[in-house]
Amino acid sequence: MTTATLPVYTKKDFQTDQEVRWCPGCGDYAILSAVQTVFAEVGIPREKFVVVSGIGCSSRFPYYTNTYGFHSIHGRAPAVATGIKLARPDLEVWVATGDGDSLSIGGNHTIHMLRRNVGIKVLMFNNRIYGLTKGQYSPTSELGKVTKTTPYGTADRPFNPISLAIGSEATFVARSVDVFQQHMKETLKKAVAHRGSAYIEVLQNCNIFNDGAWDDLRDKDARAEHAVLLEHGKPLIYGKNRDKGIRLNGFGLEVVQLGNGITEQDLLVHDEKHPRPAYAFMLAHMELRPGFPTPIGVLRAWDDVPRYEDVVAAQIQEVQAKKGKGDLAKLLRSGDTWEVKK
Amino acid sequence: MSTTTTDAPNRKREVIEEAVIRFCGDSGDGMQITGNQFTNTVALHGNDLATFPDYPAEIRAPAGTLPGVSGYQVHFSSRDVYTPGDSVDALIAMNPAALKVNLPDLKPNGILIANVDSFTETDLRKAQMTSNPLGDHSLDGYRVFPVELNRLTRAALKDLGMDAKSTDRCKNFFALGMCYWLYNRSMDATTRWIEDKFKKKPILAQANHLALQAGYSYCEATEAFQTSYEIPAAKLAPGVYRNISGNTALALGFVAASKKAGIPLFLGSYPITPASEILQELSAYKNFGVITFQAEDEIAAITSAIGAAYAGSLALTTTSGPGMALKTEALGLAVMVELPLVVCNIQRGGPSTGLPTKTEQADLLQALFGRNSEAPIPVLAPASPGDCFWIAIEACRIALKHMLPVIVLSDGYLANGSEPWRIPELSELPEIPVRFETNPEGFHPYKRDPETLARAWAVPGSPGLEHRVGGLEKQDVTGNVNYEPLNHEHMVRLRAEKVESIVNDIPAAVPEGDSSGELLIVSWGSTHGPIAAAVKAQRAKGRTIGHLHLRYLNPLPKNVAEVLKRYKSVLIPEMNMGQLSLWLRAKFLVDAHQLNKIQGKPFKQSEIEQKIEELLG
Repeated sequence: MTTATLPVYTKKDFQTDQEVRWCPGCGDYAILSAVQTVFAEVGIPREKFVVVSGIGCSSRFPYYTNTYGFHSIHGRAPAVATGIKLARPDLEVWVATGDGDSLSIGGNHTIHMLRRNVGIKVLMFNNRIYGLTKGQYSPTSELGKVTKTTPYGTADRPFNPISLAIGSEATFVARSVDVFQQHMKETLKKAVAHRGSAYIEVLQNCNIFNDGAWDDLRDKDARAEHAVLLEHGKPLIYGKNRDKGIRLNGFGLEVVQLGNGITEQDLLVHDEKHPRPAYAFMLAHMELRPGFPTPIGVLRAWDDVPRYEDVVAAQIQEVQAKKGKGDLAKLLRSGDTWEVKK
Repeated sequence: MSTTTTDAPNRKREVIEEAVIRFCGDSGDGMQITGNQFTNTVALHGNDLATFPDYPAEIRAPAGTLPGVSGYQVHFSSRDVYTPGDSVDALIAMNPAALKVNLPDLKPNGILIANVDSFTETDLRKAQMTSNPLGDHSLDGYRVFPVELNRLTRAALKDLGMDAKSTDRCKNFFALGMCYWLYNRSMDATTRWIEDKFKKKPILAQANHLALQAGYSYCEATEAFQTSYEIPAAKLAPGVYRNISGNTALALGFVAASKKAGIPLFLGSYPITPASEILQELSAYKNFGVITFQAEDEIAAITSAIGAAYAGSLALTTTSGPGMALKTEALGLAVMVELPLVVCNIQRGGPSTGLPTKTEQADLLQALFGRNSEAPIPVLAPASPGDCFWIAIEACRIALKHMLPVIVLSDGYLANGSEPWRIPELSELPEIPVRFETNPEGFHPYKRDPETLARAWAVPGSPGLEHRVGGLEKQDVTGNVNYEPLNHEHMVRLRAEKVESIVNDIPAAVPEGDSSGELLIVSWGSTHGPIAAAVKAQRAKGRTIGHLHLRYLNPLPKNVAEVLKRYKSVLIPEMNMGQLSLWLRAKFLVDAHQLNKIQGKPFKQSEIEQKIEELLG
């Protein structure tokens, strides 16, 4: 007996014949490349992939990946994806979305999908602006940012997407950067391996409407000083000279300079598998404080929560085992009946 | 009308053709349960019947006040019943507020059973009454039976050791027992129901039993009740029957369609009055493989259903008017991606939050037109609670055959009302063939069947058929995103043609009554009942009237234009400001008369007859 062997895929197998219509220099090209490579390498049959998107530049993604795809409506991709996953738990369902699509109009669907822990992987391209509609502010734009709709600066504080995801009890939360190709691919693979919901924020540069939003983190030299790379089981160290670290102080975090009695032993050791979200939440909030680095990598990867679609399917199986598969004739005749004879 | 004497002297048992009974009280008095039980019992006895439950909108208005009044009316007969009855033969009023609200519908010399114990100073004040109607002769035109329901129920239950509040809660079953005596009905069905409902609480089972029997015995023993009535079984077509409400019928219809189609049913829904029962019922049918998803909001409800359709399920979403409004954008998406989806709107009074528990049929134009741009969708409407079963199946059949969304318009009155329903044999259910594409050779996502105009259904997981769908305009055949002017016009016309093509396998319009004549009444939805009854009565007086009741609103049956021409005039009664009127007027240039009632209640037979007489002289 021969077992069906999976075809060996290359990146080309996941490319479509559609002309890619992102602006030259857009960060999305890098993300697309990473995704196509990873999809080819993770050992899943191509026909099992479904990429669902909403509306935005991010959401053009499905047209450029040669898989089943659904370019749905603004903000609703997590809901469409939930329907797909519930109907077919065997499918590998991804959502490509943006900061506006996921956190503005799509905020409600985002938090519920994560709360339910549906086995969907969300790729949220955060460029801190509305690109497709040409330059209005987004829920992740900085306070005071001048944009087409905020000529005197925004009046509202931005969301921290990672915090929101953790606050929604997401079991896998990660952040990568569009030009950080190797890191992105590794992060994506970890997301594939994670059974429950995954929320991956990709810091993406919109070179037309918000160029430079993430320069501190995209530039290799600047990144060393402004980002701390998270690795499970390793201490939180950063800096060009690896001379800075993060330490727990009471209920909060502090940045310390190594030396003068402070060693690696004093630093926090990254634990992505912690069952409770408080630690990940503290990490997520670091970047909001002056003098703190931005965490890059997997903040949380705790897979001990059942997936929503599995609980739903198990319930159906349980009821079928107990009551037997449904008998339609019996169902129609349920309740009190009477017969009228000829 | 024949009479026979019973055991006691002066006791009479009258055989009559029909009766209308209404139970009414405060929301906490259990009137819906009581009405339901009575209905079930008369159904099992073989009467034809129609019901009208009338709930208040709030969960619990202040006890004893006018907004808190809840009622349940049932019209049962030994002949065909079309309506719950224009006016009431027997009114059971549990408090002054209920009496005040419902008395206007009681027939002269009608029976009034009133709970004396609830007619205190406080209760009268809450009902905004200045004097007690039970003592001030204002009820002299009726046969009044004041009964101390609270005291008598407590007396019957005194050995159970329950507190006064708990025993008072059983008084509705005392009243029910009285009604069973009054209409010579067996208490078996209710007894069985009590046993089942309270099997974990034997004290309550006993209490309700005792209350029921005490009510019956009370009438038996009391001299005040001289006459009881007997309404013989109706001559329904042979078969096995059950009493069914519209929402239950819809749920069963969807399960049946899923079975016939051989694909699993997926419901994405959000609780909303008066549609919630469908989600509740379907959630109990897991042994049929039904997936019910109570989504976070109405939009997730429909978009998850669209996702499930993409994945190969029989997809369904259920809601009422406000939810329909929220689903608008997603409906457009369903039209563009050409996937099968059934959308149920159980209409209620609007606009906005409106009257959640009152019926209306004012969402027709929303169903026909309520999307941005040209997004035509087929629209079906059931005519009665039992018809909901057949419309559910038909909607699924059309959605699956043509690969598009279909809207079903029911309403609160059908949803909660009930009637006897002949249970079909499985062989009577239509075939619903479903074919998934598996061959990559020559596959294009928007290549379509020349007859049905349906595109192929290639579901994720099928090798070699990977493709993308979405809301942007598509090039025909290839399914690629395309903004070219001529392609757009072609696709707009094609989507319209797809809906029109449905007309080829729906039945022609056949009016009931006269096939030509002085007047044609055209109707849709739950107005079928009162109109059918009115037409029957008016034809008996010699008028030539046809009744065209439409179940397909879009597309309309092929021959509607021709039917309209066969009558001197056309009347369209609707529970809205003239929506079918506007549609038919636009389609056929027919100068139809209108009868519009927008009061949150169904039409009365008499209102239709009055209009007929006004038009025909």
